[in-house]
Amino acid sequence: MYNIDEVRKQFPMLNNKKMQGKPLVFLDNASTTFKPQRVIDKMNYYYTEINSNSHRGDYDLCYLVDNEVSKARELVANFVNADVNEVVFTAGDTEALNLIAYGYCLDNLKKDDVILLSLSEHASNVLPWYRICELTGAKVEFIELENGRVTVKTVRKAFEKQRNVKLVALAAVGNVLGYAIDVKGITKVVHEHNAIMVVDGAQSVPHQVTDFKDLDCDFLTFSGHKMCAPNGVGVLVGKKELLDKMSTFHLGGGMNVKFFPSGEYIPSEAPIKFEAGTLNIPAIMGLGEAVKFLHELGMENIHKHDEELFDYAIKELENCDDIVIYNKDSRNGIISFNRKGVFAQDEATLLNSKGIAVRSGQHCAKMIDEVIGAPATVRLSTYLYTTKEEIDAFVNEIKNGGDILDAYFFN
Amino acid sequence: MPISLTNEMMRAVIMDHSSNPNNKHLPKGDGYEKIHMHSDNCIDDIDVYFKLDNDKVIDSCFEGVACTISLSSTDIMCDLIKGKSKKEALYMIEQYEHMMHEEPFDEDVLDEAIVFINTSKQAARIRCATIGWNAAKEVLKDRK
Repeated sequence: MYNIDEVRKQFPMLNNKKMQGKPLVFLDNASTTFKPQRVIDKMNYYYTEINSNSHRGDYDLCYLVDNEVSKARELVANFVNADVNEVVFTAGDTEALNLIAYGYCLDNLKKDDVILLSLSEHASNVLPWYRICELTGAKVEFIELENGRVTVKTVRKAFEKQRNVKLVALAAVGNVLGYAIDVKGITKVVHEHNAIMVVDGAQSVPHQVTDFKDLDCDFLTFSGHKMCAPNGVGVLVGKKELLDKMSTFHLGGGMNVKFFPSGEYIPSEAPIKFEAGTLNIPAIMGLGEAVKFLHELGMENIHKHDEELFDYAIKELENCDDIVIYNKDSRNGIISFNRKGVFAQDEATLLNSKGIAVRSGQHCAKMIDEVIGAPATVRLSTYLYTTKEEIDAFVNEIKNGGDILDAYFFN
Repeated sequence: MPISLTNEMMRAVIMDHSSNPNNKHLPKGDGYEKIHMHSDNCIDDIDVYFKLDNDKVIDSCFEGVACTISLSSTDIMCDLIKGKSKKEALYMIEQYEHMMHEEPFDEDVLDEAIVFINTSKQAARIRCATIGWNAAKEVLKDRK
């Protein structure tokens, strides 16, 4: 296990920051995470030492930049156990999912084909598919949930009910309730029916070991900023044979071999053909550094830390009579709850007044109310640097209760 | 309403308007204009209704889901805007906005709305405290 005090020292945002005049307790890591100094330094190194473009120059700086981008791609590929040429850099998880929608589905789906989703998906794993349905005449159907979860059984049931399923897109870990799905088991069912399995890894890849080859899913997407990497970079991992067949979404410089006055063009090989325009090179370099950092800490350790904090927080929260917890057994660094009779947003504002950052609302999963029967929740989410003391500070404020208007009148 | 109100009194006013809003109902009758308002960072999703007669706001009410601050601030806006001319109403809204952003404002026209003077302490909730007021501004701005 890593030394959490030593780890925290590496994060400028954990260095005695205050919010509302109180020590900052950041419990909104499912939304975004802090960056260690070495990631910030890596980006600064680009801007201050090797600022130039990739694939576009004959001078030394470009050579250094190309090496850095290649190195980052290797690091990411190793991190999720994929081949280097299966890793596409995108602007984030959202762009990666849109790339699959427009690059793969637009060519391969037709009227009356079915895309299977769950009601607990984030907007980024719903709306691109809705758009594809508008464009192709395909339709989205929802997998029934079992106690709020997608299981191998519920997926089998969905396949029994629906013919023509061509694609299944599910979050490996949900962003509201934090339930993990059996990606490997579900992928097997999806493949038995000759459909494509898309895994939204936004909440799973930062928190647990991910083995793309072992999971056998067709596509995996995730964002850098939720795993200590810079904002504005994400990854699409796709099986090489699918990436080769897939159309490009963005076209422009850097992704083509040649183009002619006739209107024809020859795209580069995957993954380069998907990376049109100037890449977000400093963020890609930062992502590589973040992946190295996570690897050094050990993803097993990070996951174990999440589980320990989850169990600790649940045990404490269960003693609070007026707190309703929606996911007591998900153990993935996310706890969604409400105080009886209090709007989630009001509770979050009260916590803000105590220096505690949590998220309230539907967390971009705007169909989740159908699953949990509440219009909104307060969400606490931890990461590798969250301490038991921070959970204590949070639980103390929850136990203290207090009038939600204290946030406005007692400061 | 004087600014010398104690904190306790201001809290009581906010809680009263959120627990028992006077104006949270659908319009009783015809001739209302509806403005739909929603927030990206809060649960607030409300329809605000205004009945106007030439230059004057005759009635205002609202319906929907909203947090404590949105509920009470919209309810107070509905109370205060009734009977006001467009000019008076827009002046009041402008003063309310100044108060939200800690700028000098004319407290004489804000009456009970003065209870939201501390909203800037929770800047993320300014949107909630102004959502109903923005609906009023929208309905009035294009009217001659």
